[in-house]
Amino acid sequence: MKIRYFAWLKRRVGVAEEDVTPPPEVRSVGDLVVWLRTRSPAHAEALAEGGAFGAALDRRTATFDTPLGEAREAAFFPPFTGG
Amino acid sequence: MAVRVQAEDFDVGAELARLTDGNARIGGLAVFVGLVRERHVRDGYHQDRIEALTLEHWPGRTEEALAEIEAEARRRWPLDATLIVHRHGRLVAGERIVLVAVGSPHREAAFEACGFLVDWLKTKAPFWKLEETPEGERWVESHAGDEEAAARWDKPGKA
Repeated sequence: MKIRYFAWLKRRVGVAEEDVTPPPEVRSVGDLVVWLRTRSPAHAEALAEGGAFGAALDRRTATFDTPLGEAREAAFFPPFTGG
Repeated sequence: MAVRVQAEDFDVGAELARLTDGNARIGGLAVFVGLVRERHVRDGYHQDRIEALTLEHWPGRTEEALAEIEAEARRRWPLDATLIVHRHGRLVAGERIVLVAVGSPHREAAFEACGFLVDWLKTKAPFWKLEETPEGERWVESHAGDEEAAARWDKPGKA
């Protein structure tokens, strides 16, 4: 699946997007975050526990409990600050 | 009935003329223009000078989110014209960031819907601001006040 990062998450991870193949035991957004942290120290820092970031699955707002299902894209981002 | 996300500046007068021309149902047009402020107030008193900011967004999803917010406003109020233009990229202090314009037969609906659109787009559209200050770059953090402003429109019975 494709993972997209925005704003400071993108800066910390070092890429705007990446294609990953999580193992079958990764079933929820929360599982995915825990698994992504193991990819590199930069991922671990960007997605650190307690960090203020939100998630979306296939562009729809998701929580850590949301099942990944057949989602093709997950996005992680800080709270929005437009306007 | 339009949302646009663009790097280039917009001409407020031309946008408003285009929005109302040929639509004589509109009795009132409420307009909000957001600008890059040269000072950022932190902790209530500490002020930092802002030289510029860069607005990052999520192409595709941003337009979708703005259209959803616009549709919600049109469900809640009788509106004859709505326009949201939001810029992205690097903007220096004093530049225009966003234009929200709402036309309705009556001013109350126009004022309320305009406030609603501004409050919701700040918290529900995927934009992020990176400020340039004399001390370096800094990502703008979300404000509890913005969440509260957006949440007041959740109250039952509102419009």
